Amino acid sequence: MPVYEKEGTKVWQRRTQAESLMRWAAWLTATAVFVYCWQQISEATTWFFVWDAPRIAEDIWTRATPPRWEYITQLGRPIWDTLNIATLGTLIALCFAVPVAFMAARNTTPSATFVRPIALLIIVSTRSINSLIWALLLIAVIGPGVLAGVVAIAIRSIGFCAKLIYEAIEEIDHTQVEAITATGASRWQVMAYGIVPQIAPAFAGVAVFRWDINIRESTVLGLVGAGGIGLQLSSSLNILAWPQVSLILLVILAAVVLSEWVSAKVREAII
Amino acid sequence: MSTELDAVLGQRWKKPPLIKRRWLRWTIGIGSLAYLVAAFMTIDVNWARVYEGLDRGAAFILAFTSPDFVSRASDIWEGLLESIIMTVAASVVGIAISIPIGLGAARNIAPLPIYLICRGIVAISRALQEIIVAILLVAIFGFGPLAGFLTLSFATIGFLSKLLAEDIESMDKVQAEAIKASGARWLQWINYGVQPQVMPRLVGLSMYRVDINFRESAILGLVGAGGIGATLNTAFDRYEYDTAAAILILIILIVMSLEYLSGIIRARVQ
Repeated sequence: MPVYEKEGTKVWQRRTQAESLMRWAAWLTATAVFVYCWQQISEATTWFFVWDAPRIAEDIWTRATPPRWEYITQLGRPIWDTLNIATLGTLIALCFAVPVAFMAARNTTPSATFVRPIALLIIVSTRSINSLIWALLLIAVIGPGVLAGVVAIAIRSIGFCAKLIYEAIEEIDHTQVEAITATGASRWQVMAYGIVPQIAPAFAGVAVFRWDINIRESTVLGLVGAGGIGLQLSSSLNILAWPQVSLILLVILAAVVLSEWVSAKVREAII
Repeated sequence: MSTELDAVLGQRWKKPPLIKRRWLRWTIGIGSLAYLVAAFMTIDVNWARVYEGLDRGAAFILAFTSPDFVSRASDIWEGLLESIIMTVAASVVGIAISIPIGLGAARNIAPLPIYLICRGIVAISRALQEIIVAILLVAIFGFGPLAGFLTLSFATIGFLSKLLAEDIESMDKVQAEAIKASGARWLQWINYGVQPQVMPRLVGLSMYRVDINFRESAILGLVGAGGIGATLNTAFDRYEYDTAAAILILIILIVMSLEYLSGIIRARVQ
Protein backbone atom coordinates (compact mmCIF):
# COMPACT_ATOMS: atom_id res chain seq x y z
CA MET A 1 0.00 0.00 0.00
CA PRO A 2 1.50 3.36 -1.01
CA VAL A 3 2.03 5.55 2.04
CA TYR A 4 4.11 8.75 1.88
CA GLU A 5 5.71 10.87 4.57
CA LYS A 6 4.60 14.45 4.08
CA GLU A 7 5.66 17.01 6.64
CA GLY A 8 5.87 14.40 9.32
CA THR A 9 2.40 12.92 8.75
CA LYS A 10 1.73 9.76 6.79
CA VAL A 11 -0.47 10.24 3.74
CA TRP A 12 -2.30 7.26 2.33
CA GLN A 13 -2.96 6.97 -1.39
CA ARG A 14 -5.00 4.38 -3.24
CA ARG A 15 -2.45 3.76 -6.00
CA THR A 16 1.30 4.00 -6.43
CA GLN A 17 2.63 6.67 -8.74
CA ALA A 18 3.32 4.14 -11.52
CA GLU A 19 -0.20 2.78 -11.26
CA SER A 20 -1.83 6.18 -11.50
CA LEU A 21 0.38 7.05 -14.44
CA MET A 22 -0.70 3.85 -16.19
CA ARG A 23 -4.35 4.56 -15.56
CA TRP A 24 -3.96 8.11 -16.78
CA ALA A 25 -2.31 6.86 -19.99
CA ALA A 26 -5.09 4.31 -20.51
CA TRP A 27 -7.78 6.96 -20.10
CA LEU A 28 -5.92 9.27 -22.46
CA THR A 29 -5.68 6.56 -25.14
CA ALA A 30 -9.34 5.65 -24.74
CA THR A 31 -10.40 9.28 -25.04
CA ALA A 32 -8.21 9.79 -28.08
CA VAL A 33 -9.68 6.69 -29.76
CA PHE A 34 -13.21 7.88 -29.03
CA VAL A 35 -12.53 11.36 -30.36
CA TYR A 36 -10.99 9.89 -33.51
CA CYS A 37 -14.04 7.64 -34.02
CA TRP A 38 -16.41 10.53 -33.50
CA GLN A 39 -14.46 12.63 -35.98
CA GLN A 40 -14.71 9.88 -38.60
CA ILE A 41 -18.46 9.58 -38.09
CA SER A 42 -18.90 13.32 -38.23
CA GLU A 43 -16.90 13.53 -41.45
CA ALA A 44 -19.13 10.93 -43.11
CA THR A 45 -22.29 12.75 -42.02
CA THR A 46 -24.15 15.38 -43.97
CA TRP A 47 -24.82 17.73 -41.07
CA PHE A 48 -27.40 19.68 -43.02
CA PHE A 49 -29.71 16.66 -42.86
CA VAL A 50 -29.08 16.28 -39.14
CA TRP A 51 -30.05 19.88 -38.38
CA ASP A 52 -33.13 19.27 -40.49
CA ALA A 53 -33.95 16.08 -38.58
CA PRO A 54 -36.59 17.41 -36.13
CA ARG A 55 -38.67 18.74 -39.02
CA ILE A 56 -38.35 15.43 -40.92
CA ALA A 57 -39.24 13.45 -37.81
CA GLU A 58 -42.33 15.58 -37.26
CA ASP A 59 -43.23 15.18 -40.93
CA ILE A 60 -42.95 11.38 -40.75
CA TRP A 61 -44.95 11.36 -37.53
CA THR A 62 -47.83 13.31 -39.08
CA ARG A 63 -47.78 10.99 -42.11
CA ALA A 64 -47.69 7.85 -39.99
CA THR A 65 -50.55 8.71 -37.64
CA PRO A 66 -53.16 7.44 -37.43
CA PRO A 67 -52.21 3.88 -38.49
CA ARG A 68 -54.27 2.39 -41.31
CA TRP A 69 -56.23 -0.06 -39.18
CA GLU A 70 -58.07 -1.80 -42.03
CA TYR A 71 -54.72 -2.99 -43.41
CA ILE A 72 -54.58 -5.50 -40.57
CA THR A 73 -56.75 -7.92 -42.57
CA GLN A 74 -53.83 -8.41 -44.92
CA LEU A 75 -51.39 -9.14 -42.11
CA GLY A 76 -52.82 -12.47 -40.93
CA ARG A 77 -50.85 -14.65 -43.29
CA PRO A 78 -47.53 -12.80 -42.79
CA ILE A 79 -47.87 -13.18 -39.02
CA TRP A 80 -48.57 -16.90 -39.39
CA ASP A 81 -45.45 -17.15 -41.60
CA THR A 82 -43.41 -15.25 -39.02
CA LEU A 83 -44.54 -17.61 -36.28
CA ASN A 84 -43.69 -20.61 -38.46
CA ILE A 85 -40.24 -19.27 -39.30
CA ALA A 86 -39.44 -18.81 -35.62
CA THR A 87 -40.89 -22.11 -34.41
CA LEU A 88 -39.65 -24.41 -37.16
CA GLY A 89 -36.29 -22.65 -37.16
CA THR A 90 -35.93 -23.21 -33.43
CA LEU A 91 -36.93 -26.89 -33.71
CA ILE A 92 -34.46 -27.56 -36.52
CA ALA A 93 -31.74 -25.70 -34.64
CA LEU A 94 -32.33 -27.79 -31.52
CA CYS A 95 -32.01 -31.01 -33.53
CA PHE A 96 -28.53 -29.92 -34.63
CA ALA A 97 -27.55 -28.14 -31.43
CA VAL A 98 -27.88 -31.19 -29.16
CA PRO A 99 -25.28 -33.39 -30.91
CA VAL A 100 -22.98 -30.37 -31.35
CA ALA A 101 -23.33 -29.59 -27.64
CA PHE A 102 -22.48 -33.17 -26.65
CA MET A 103 -19.43 -33.02 -28.90
CA ALA A 104 -18.35 -29.66 -27.46
CA ALA A 105 -18.77 -30.44 -23.75
CA ARG A 106 -15.48 -31.47 -22.16
CA ASN A 107 -17.01 -34.38 -20.23
CA THR A 108 -18.95 -35.98 -23.09
CA THR A 109 -16.90 -35.24 -26.20
CA PRO A 110 -15.72 -38.34 -28.09
CA SER A 111 -12.33 -36.77 -28.72
CA ALA A 112 -11.05 -33.57 -27.13
CA THR A 113 -8.34 -33.05 -29.74
CA PHE A 114 -10.27 -33.63 -32.97
CA VAL A 115 -14.04 -33.40 -32.46
CA ARG A 116 -14.21 -30.65 -29.82
CA PRO A 117 -12.46 -27.93 -31.84
CA ILE A 118 -14.74 -28.63 -34.80
CA ALA A 119 -17.83 -28.39 -32.60
CA LEU A 120 -16.56 -25.14 -31.06
CA LEU A 121 -15.86 -23.76 -34.53
CA ILE A 122 -19.45 -24.55 -35.58
CA ILE A 123 -20.73 -22.80 -32.46
CA VAL A 124 -18.61 -19.67 -32.94
CA SER A 125 -19.18 -19.28 -36.67
CA THR A 126 -22.96 -19.76 -36.59
CA ARG A 127 -23.25 -17.48 -33.56
CA SER A 128 -21.14 -14.58 -34.84
CA ILE A 129 -23.16 -14.01 -38.01
CA ASN A 130 -26.54 -12.35 -37.76
CA SER A 131 -29.62 -14.15 -39.08
CA LEU A 132 -30.20 -11.35 -41.59
CA ILE A 133 -26.84 -12.14 -43.20
CA TRP A 134 -27.63 -15.86 -43.23
CA ALA A 135 -30.95 -14.96 -44.85
CA LEU A 136 -29.21 -12.86 -47.52
CA LEU A 137 -26.94 -15.76 -48.29
CA LEU A 138 -29.75 -18.32 -48.36
CA ILE A 139 -31.88 -16.15 -50.61
CA ALA A 140 -29.05 -16.14 -53.11
CA VAL A 141 -28.82 -19.92 -52.80
CA ILE A 142 -32.38 -21.26 -52.44
CA GLY A 143 -34.44 -18.29 -53.56
CA PRO A 144 -36.62 -15.87 -51.59
CA GLY A 145 -39.40 -17.21 -49.40
CA VAL A 146 -40.29 -18.65 -46.04
CA LEU A 147 -37.90 -21.61 -46.40
CA ALA A 148 -34.87 -19.31 -46.57
CA GLY A 149 -36.09 -17.64 -43.38
CA VAL A 150 -36.56 -20.95 -41.57
CA VAL A 151 -33.08 -22.15 -42.53
CA ALA A 152 -31.48 -18.78 -41.67
CA ILE A 153 -33.07 -18.77 -38.21
CA ALA A 154 -32.08 -22.42 -37.72
CA ILE A 155 -28.43 -21.84 -38.61
CA ARG A 156 -28.17 -18.73 -36.45
CA SER A 157 -29.71 -20.53 -33.47
CA ILE A 158 -27.49 -23.63 -33.59
CA GLY A 159 -24.48 -21.87 -32.08
CA PHE A 160 -26.49 -20.06 -29.42
CA CYS A 161 -28.39 -23.15 -28.25
CA ALA A 162 -25.37 -25.44 -28.47
CA LYS A 163 -23.27 -23.04 -26.40
CA LEU A 164 -25.80 -22.81 -23.58
CA ILE A 165 -26.52 -26.56 -23.65
CA TYR A 166 -22.86 -27.57 -23.59
CA GLU A 167 -22.24 -25.27 -20.64
CA ALA A 168 -25.14 -27.01 -18.87
CA ILE A 169 -23.65 -30.41 -19.73
CA GLU A 170 -20.28 -29.40 -18.29
CA GLU A 171 -21.95 -28.38 -15.03
CA ILE A 172 -23.81 -31.65 -14.39
CA ASP A 173 -23.45 -33.63 -11.19
CA HIS A 174 -20.95 -36.35 -11.94
CA THR A 175 -22.03 -38.76 -9.20
CA GLN A 176 -25.30 -39.54 -10.98
CA VAL A 177 -23.44 -40.40 -14.16
CA GLU A 178 -21.11 -42.67 -12.18
CA ALA A 179 -24.05 -44.40 -10.52
CA ILE A 180 -25.62 -45.20 -13.89
CA THR A 181 -22.25 -46.34 -15.25
CA ALA A 182 -21.79 -48.63 -12.22
CA THR A 183 -24.98 -50.51 -13.11
CA GLY A 184 -23.29 -51.58 -16.32
CA ALA A 185 -25.10 -49.20 -18.64
CA SER A 186 -23.82 -48.64 -22.15
CA ARG A 187 -22.62 -45.24 -23.36
CA TRP A 188 -26.04 -44.36 -24.77
CA GLN A 189 -27.86 -45.54 -21.66
CA VAL A 190 -25.58 -43.37 -19.52
CA MET A 191 -26.52 -40.41 -21.68
CA ALA A 192 -30.25 -41.17 -21.59
CA TYR A 193 -30.52 -41.85 -17.84
CA GLY A 194 -27.50 -40.06 -16.33
CA ILE A 195 -27.05 -36.87 -18.35
CA VAL A 196 -30.29 -36.05 -20.18
CA PRO A 197 -32.51 -35.81 -17.07
CA GLN A 198 -30.00 -33.39 -15.53
CA ILE A 199 -29.90 -31.04 -18.51
CA ALA A 200 -33.59 -31.31 -19.47
CA PRO A 201 -34.69 -28.16 -17.56
CA ALA A 202 -31.79 -26.15 -18.97
CA PHE A 203 -32.60 -27.49 -22.43
CA ALA A 204 -36.25 -26.49 -22.21
CA GLY A 205 -35.28 -23.07 -20.88
CA VAL A 206 -32.84 -22.52 -23.74
CA ALA A 207 -35.41 -23.66 -26.31
CA VAL A 208 -38.08 -21.23 -25.11
CA PHE A 209 -35.59 -18.39 -24.66
CA ARG A 210 -34.30 -18.85 -28.20
CA TRP A 211 -37.84 -19.12 -29.58
CA ASP A 212 -38.58 -15.73 -28.04
CA ILE A 213 -35.48 -14.19 -29.66
CA ASN A 214 -36.34 -15.88 -32.95
CA ILE A 215 -39.81 -14.31 -33.02
CA ARG A 216 -38.06 -10.94 -32.79
CA GLU A 217 -35.58 -11.79 -35.49
CA SER A 218 -38.09 -13.35 -37.87
CA THR A 219 -40.21 -10.20 -37.88
CA VAL A 220 -37.43 -8.37 -39.72
CA LEU A 221 -36.17 -11.21 -41.95
CA GLY A 222 -38.63 -10.11 -44.64
CA LEU A 223 -36.62 -6.92 -45.15
CA VAL A 224 -34.18 -8.95 -47.22
CA GLY A 225 -36.93 -11.12 -48.76
CA ALA A 226 -37.05 -14.13 -46.45
CA GLY A 227 -40.79 -14.15 -45.75
CA GLY A 228 -42.85 -13.08 -42.77
CA ILE A 229 -44.21 -9.70 -41.78
CA GLY A 230 -40.96 -7.95 -42.71
CA LEU A 231 -41.92 -8.35 -46.38
CA GLN A 232 -44.99 -6.18 -45.81
CA LEU A 233 -42.87 -3.72 -43.86
CA SER A 234 -40.32 -3.39 -46.63
CA SER A 235 -42.93 -3.03 -49.38
CA SER A 236 -44.83 -0.42 -47.34
CA LEU A 237 -41.58 1.46 -46.76
CA ASN A 238 -40.77 1.30 -50.46
CA ILE A 239 -44.07 2.92 -51.46
CA LEU A 240 -43.76 5.36 -48.51
CA ALA A 241 -47.10 4.18 -47.10
CA TRP A 242 -46.34 5.46 -43.60
CA PRO A 243 -49.78 4.66 -42.08
CA GLN A 244 -49.20 1.01 -43.03
CA VAL A 245 -45.65 1.13 -41.65
CA SER A 246 -46.88 2.39 -38.29
CA LEU A 247 -49.52 -0.35 -38.13
CA ILE A 248 -46.94 -3.04 -38.96
CA LEU A 249 -44.58 -1.67 -36.31
CA LEU A 250 -47.40 -1.82 -33.76
CA VAL A 251 -48.14 -5.43 -34.74
CA ILE A 252 -44.45 -6.35 -34.46
CA LEU A 253 -44.28 -4.66 -31.06
CA ALA A 254 -47.34 -6.63 -29.91
CA ALA A 255 -45.83 -9.89 -31.21
CA VAL A 256 -42.55 -9.24 -29.40
CA VAL A 257 -44.23 -8.38 -26.11
CA LEU A 258 -46.54 -11.40 -26.41
CA SER A 259 -43.71 -13.83 -27.16
CA GLU A 260 -41.68 -12.46 -24.26
CA TRP A 261 -44.66 -12.97 -21.97
CA VAL A 262 -45.22 -16.55 -23.23
CA SER A 263 -41.56 -17.43 -22.85
CA ALA A 264 -41.42 -15.96 -19.32
CA LYS A 265 -44.53 -17.96 -18.31
CA VAL A 266 -43.23 -21.22 -19.80
CA ARG A 267 -39.81 -20.79 -18.20
CA GLU A 268 -41.47 -20.12 -14.86
CA ALA A 269 -43.48 -23.32 -15.23
CA ILE A 270 -40.44 -25.43 -16.15
CA ILE A 271 -37.75 -24.15 -13.82
CA MET B 1 -46.92 -44.47 1.04
CA SER B 2 -46.83 -48.24 1.52
CA THR B 3 -49.84 -48.82 -0.74
CA GLU B 4 -48.06 -46.87 -3.44
CA LEU B 5 -45.03 -49.07 -2.94
CA ASP B 6 -47.16 -52.25 -3.08
CA ALA B 7 -48.60 -51.18 -6.41
CA VAL B 8 -45.15 -50.68 -7.86
CA LEU B 9 -43.42 -53.75 -6.39
CA GLY B 10 -42.83 -56.64 -8.77
CA GLN B 11 -43.56 -54.49 -11.80
CA ARG B 12 -41.12 -53.46 -14.45
CA TRP B 13 -39.72 -49.94 -13.90
CA LYS B 14 -40.92 -47.41 -16.38
CA LYS B 15 -39.48 -43.98 -16.98
CA PRO B 16 -41.78 -41.41 -15.37
CA PRO B 17 -43.41 -39.20 -18.02
CA LEU B 18 -42.26 -35.60 -18.40
CA ILE B 19 -45.75 -34.19 -17.79
CA LYS B 20 -47.65 -35.98 -15.02
CA ARG B 21 -51.23 -35.08 -15.93
CA ARG B 22 -52.33 -37.39 -18.73
CA TRP B 23 -54.87 -35.09 -20.41
CA LEU B 24 -52.35 -32.22 -20.47
CA ARG B 25 -49.72 -34.53 -21.97
CA TRP B 26 -52.04 -35.64 -24.74
CA THR B 27 -53.38 -32.15 -25.43
CA ILE B 28 -49.91 -30.69 -25.73
CA GLY B 29 -48.74 -33.62 -27.88
CA ILE B 30 -51.68 -33.54 -30.30
CA GLY B 31 -51.75 -29.76 -30.37
CA SER B 32 -48.10 -29.45 -31.32
CA LEU B 33 -48.46 -32.21 -33.93
CA ALA B 34 -51.42 -30.41 -35.49
CA TYR B 35 -49.47 -27.14 -35.46
CA LEU B 36 -46.47 -28.76 -37.13
CA VAL B 37 -48.63 -30.28 -39.88
CA ALA B 38 -50.36 -26.94 -40.46
CA ALA B 39 -47.02 -25.14 -40.52
CA PHE B 40 -45.51 -27.56 -43.02
CA MET B 41 -48.60 -27.39 -45.23
CA THR B 42 -48.50 -23.60 -45.46
CA ILE B 43 -44.83 -23.23 -46.33
CA ASP B 44 -44.80 -23.12 -50.08
CA VAL B 45 -41.39 -24.13 -51.30
CA ASN B 46 -40.33 -23.87 -54.89
CA TRP B 47 -38.33 -27.11 -54.94
CA ALA B 48 -37.15 -26.60 -58.51
CA ARG B 49 -35.63 -23.27 -57.44
CA VAL B 50 -34.05 -24.92 -54.40
CA TYR B 51 -32.58 -27.65 -56.56
CA GLU B 52 -31.22 -25.08 -58.99
CA GLY B 53 -29.64 -23.17 -56.13
CA LEU B 54 -27.80 -26.14 -54.68
CA ASP B 55 -24.92 -25.60 -57.14
CA ARG B 56 -24.61 -22.05 -55.92
CA GLY B 57 -24.71 -23.26 -52.31
CA ALA B 58 -21.86 -25.64 -53.07
CA ALA B 59 -19.97 -22.83 -54.80
CA PHE B 60 -20.40 -20.68 -51.70
CA ILE B 61 -19.14 -23.37 -49.35
CA LEU B 62 -16.18 -23.94 -51.68
CA ALA B 63 -15.53 -20.19 -51.61
CA PHE B 64 -14.68 -20.48 -47.91
CA THR B 65 -11.66 -22.57 -48.86
CA SER B 66 -10.38 -19.82 -51.17
CA PRO B 67 -11.64 -16.51 -49.78
CA ASP B 68 -10.71 -13.46 -51.85
CA PHE B 69 -9.35 -10.76 -49.57
CA VAL B 70 -7.49 -8.94 -52.35
CA SER B 71 -9.67 -7.81 -55.25
CA ARG B 72 -12.09 -5.76 -53.09
CA ALA B 73 -9.54 -5.07 -50.38
CA SER B 74 -10.16 -1.31 -50.14
CA ASP B 75 -13.96 -1.71 -49.91
CA ILE B 76 -13.65 -4.41 -47.26
CA TRP B 77 -11.17 -2.35 -45.28
CA GLU B 78 -13.29 0.80 -45.40
CA GLY B 79 -16.44 -1.09 -44.42
CA LEU B 80 -14.76 -2.89 -41.54
CA LEU B 81 -13.16 0.31 -40.28
CA GLU B 82 -16.53 2.05 -40.34
CA SER B 83 -18.12 -0.87 -38.46
CA ILE B 84 -15.40 -0.74 -35.81
CA ILE B 85 -15.66 3.04 -35.49
CA MET B 86 -19.43 2.82 -35.07
CA THR B 87 -19.02 0.03 -32.51
CA VAL B 88 -16.47 1.94 -30.41
CA ALA B 89 -18.29 5.28 -30.47
CA ALA B 90 -21.73 3.73 -29.85
CA SER B 91 -20.42 1.54 -27.01
CA VAL B 92 -18.78 4.49 -25.23
CA VAL B 93 -21.82 6.74 -25.55
CA GLY B 94 -24.29 3.92 -24.86
CA ILE B 95 -22.50 2.77 -21.71
CA ALA B 96 -22.12 6.36 -20.47
CA ILE B 97 -25.86 7.00 -20.88
CA SER B 98 -26.98 3.62 -19.57
CA ILE B 99 -25.25 4.05 -16.20
CA PRO B 100 -27.50 6.91 -14.99
CA ILE B 101 -30.55 5.21 -16.53
CA GLY B 102 -29.56 1.94 -14.88
CA LEU B 103 -29.29 3.75 -11.52
CA GLY B 104 -32.70 5.28 -12.12
CA ALA B 105 -34.26 1.95 -13.06
CA ALA B 106 -33.20 0.27 -9.79
CA ARG B 107 -36.14 0.39 -7.39
CA ASN B 108 -34.00 0.36 -4.24
CA ILE B 109 -32.18 3.61 -4.97
CA ALA B 110 -34.52 5.59 -7.23
CA PRO B 111 -37.81 7.29 -6.28
CA LEU B 112 -40.92 5.98 -8.03
CA PRO B 113 -41.38 8.65 -10.78
CA ILE B 114 -37.75 8.37 -11.93
CA TYR B 115 -37.97 4.60 -11.71
CA LEU B 116 -41.03 4.53 -14.00
CA ILE B 117 -39.46 6.90 -16.56
CA CYS B 118 -36.21 4.92 -16.70
CA ARG B 119 -38.03 1.56 -16.92
CA GLY B 120 -40.10 3.03 -19.76
CA ILE B 121 -36.96 4.01 -21.68
CA VAL B 122 -35.52 0.53 -21.12
CA ALA B 123 -38.73 -1.17 -22.28
CA ILE B 124 -38.96 0.91 -25.47
CA SER B 125 -35.33 0.34 -26.32
CA ARG B 126 -35.60 -3.41 -25.77
CA ALA B 127 -38.83 -3.88 -27.70
CA LEU B 128 -37.58 -2.28 -30.93
CA GLN B 129 -35.06 -4.30 -32.91
CA GLU B 130 -31.88 -2.60 -34.04
CA ILE B 131 -32.74 -2.90 -37.71
CA ILE B 132 -36.14 -1.22 -37.35
CA VAL B 133 -34.63 1.62 -35.32
CA ALA B 134 -31.96 1.90 -38.01
CA ILE B 135 -34.57 2.20 -40.77
CA LEU B 136 -36.35 5.00 -38.93
CA LEU B 137 -33.13 6.82 -38.06
CA VAL B 138 -31.88 6.57 -41.64
CA ALA B 139 -35.15 8.09 -42.78
CA ILE B 140 -34.68 10.92 -40.29
CA PHE B 141 -30.92 11.55 -40.31
CA GLY B 142 -30.00 10.38 -43.81
CA PHE B 143 -27.63 7.63 -44.90
CA GLY B 144 -24.31 7.12 -43.17
CA PRO B 145 -22.67 5.95 -39.97
CA LEU B 146 -24.40 8.55 -37.77
CA ALA B 147 -27.68 6.63 -38.03
CA GLY B 148 -25.85 3.39 -37.20
CA PHE B 149 -24.07 5.01 -34.28
CA LEU B 150 -27.35 6.30 -32.85
CA THR B 151 -29.05 2.92 -33.37
CA LEU B 152 -26.34 1.02 -31.54
CA SER B 153 -26.20 3.56 -28.71
CA PHE B 154 -29.97 3.30 -28.29
CA ALA B 155 -29.86 -0.51 -28.24
CA THR B 156 -26.97 -0.49 -25.76
CA ILE B 157 -29.01 1.62 -23.33
CA GLY B 158 -31.85 -0.91 -23.20
CA PHE B 159 -29.58 -3.90 -22.73
CA LEU B 160 -27.09 -2.49 -20.25
CA SER B 161 -29.47 -0.40 -18.13
CA LYS B 162 -31.79 -3.34 -17.54
CA LEU B 163 -29.02 -5.71 -16.47
CA LEU B 164 -27.28 -3.02 -14.39
CA ALA B 165 -30.55 -2.16 -12.66
CA GLU B 166 -31.20 -5.82 -11.86
CA ASP B 167 -27.68 -6.12 -10.47
CA ILE B 168 -28.13 -3.04 -8.28
CA GLU B 169 -31.47 -4.34 -7.03
CA SER B 170 -29.86 -7.60 -5.90
CA MET B 171 -26.84 -5.96 -4.23
CA ASP B 172 -25.84 -6.36 -0.62
CA LYS B 173 -27.68 -3.69 1.40
CA VAL B 174 -25.36 -3.85 4.41
CA GLN B 175 -22.40 -2.24 2.68
CA ALA B 176 -24.49 0.54 1.20
CA GLU B 177 -26.06 1.25 4.61
CA ALA B 178 -22.65 1.39 6.27
CA ILE B 179 -21.54 4.08 3.84
CA LYS B 180 -24.76 6.00 4.40
CA ALA B 181 -24.32 5.76 8.18
CA SER B 182 -20.92 7.44 7.88
CA GLY B 183 -22.74 10.55 6.63
CA ALA B 184 -21.99 10.26 2.92
CA ARG B 185 -23.75 12.44 0.41
CA TRP B 186 -25.82 10.78 -2.32
CA LEU B 187 -23.02 10.79 -4.90
CA GLN B 188 -20.52 9.48 -2.33
CA TRP B 189 -22.99 6.80 -1.34
CA ILE B 190 -23.28 5.65 -4.98
CA ASN B 191 -19.52 5.88 -5.48
CA TYR B 192 -18.45 3.96 -2.36
CA GLY B 193 -21.49 1.89 -1.42
CA VAL B 194 -23.00 0.80 -4.72
CA GLN B 195 -20.39 1.10 -7.45
CA PRO B 196 -17.79 -1.32 -6.01
CA GLN B 197 -20.46 -4.01 -5.77
CA VAL B 198 -21.68 -3.78 -9.36
CA MET B 199 -18.42 -2.80 -11.08
CA PRO B 200 -17.17 -6.30 -12.04
CA ARG B 201 -20.46 -7.22 -13.63
CA LEU B 202 -20.75 -3.84 -15.33
CA VAL B 203 -17.34 -4.28 -16.94
CA GLY B 204 -18.22 -7.82 -18.04
CA LEU B 205 -21.56 -6.77 -19.50
CA SER B 206 -20.00 -3.77 -21.25
CA MET B 207 -17.46 -6.03 -22.95
CA TYR B 208 -20.26 -8.38 -23.97
CA ARG B 209 -22.21 -5.44 -25.36
CA VAL B 210 -19.19 -4.27 -27.40
CA ASP B 211 -19.17 -7.74 -28.92
CA ILE B 212 -22.91 -7.58 -29.72
CA ASN B 213 -22.57 -4.06 -31.12
CA PHE B 214 -19.92 -5.19 -33.55
CA ARG B 215 -22.07 -8.09 -34.71
CA GLU B 216 -25.07 -5.81 -35.15
CA SER B 217 -23.01 -3.17 -36.95
CA ALA B 218 -22.40 -5.76 -39.65
CA ILE B 219 -26.09 -5.75 -40.64
CA LEU B 220 -26.88 -2.05 -40.28
CA GLY B 221 -25.34 -1.45 -43.70
CA LEU B 222 -28.24 -3.39 -45.27
CA VAL B 223 -30.55 -0.44 -44.60
CA GLY B 224 -27.95 2.24 -45.30
CA ALA B 225 -26.74 2.92 -41.78
CA GLY B 226 -23.05 2.44 -42.53
CA GLY B 227 -20.60 -0.37 -41.85
CA ILE B 228 -19.52 -3.57 -43.54
CA GLY B 229 -23.12 -4.68 -44.29
CA ALA B 230 -23.37 -2.66 -47.49
CA THR B 231 -20.21 -4.24 -48.89
CA LEU B 232 -21.42 -7.69 -47.91
CA ASN B 233 -24.82 -7.12 -49.48
CA THR B 234 -23.20 -5.99 -52.74
CA ALA B 235 -20.95 -9.04 -52.74
CA PHE B 236 -23.98 -11.34 -52.39
CA ASP B 237 -25.94 -9.47 -55.05
CA ARG B 238 -23.09 -9.84 -57.54
CA TYR B 239 -22.60 -13.51 -56.62
CA GLU B 240 -19.01 -12.74 -55.60
CA TYR B 241 -18.97 -15.53 -53.06
CA ASP B 242 -15.22 -15.46 -52.53
CA THR B 243 -15.37 -11.82 -51.40
CA ALA B 244 -18.44 -12.52 -49.26
CA ALA B 245 -16.62 -15.46 -47.68
CA ALA B 246 -13.64 -13.23 -46.94
CA ILE B 247 -15.88 -10.68 -45.20
CA LEU B 248 -17.67 -13.37 -43.19
CA ILE B 249 -14.33 -14.88 -42.12
CA LEU B 250 -13.12 -11.44 -41.01
CA ILE B 251 -16.32 -10.87 -39.01
CA ILE B 252 -15.99 -14.27 -37.34
CA LEU B 253 -12.33 -13.63 -36.51
CA ILE B 254 -13.05 -10.22 -34.99
CA VAL B 255 -15.95 -11.59 -32.95
CA MET B 256 -13.77 -14.47 -31.75
CA SER B 257 -10.94 -12.16 -30.70
CA LEU B 258 -13.41 -9.83 -28.95
CA GLU B 259 -14.84 -12.79 -27.06
CA TYR B 260 -11.35 -13.93 -26.10
CA LEU B 261 -10.43 -10.40 -24.98
CA SER B 262 -13.62 -10.00 -22.95
CA GLY B 263 -12.92 -13.39 -21.33
CA ILE B 264 -9.50 -12.14 -20.18
CA ILE B 265 -10.87 -8.82 -18.94
CA ARG B 266 -13.75 -10.46 -17.10
CA ALA B 267 -11.38 -12.93 -15.44
CA ARG B 268 -9.21 -10.00 -14.28
CA VAL B 269 -11.95 -7.83 -12.81
CA GLN B 270 -13.84 -10.59 -11.05
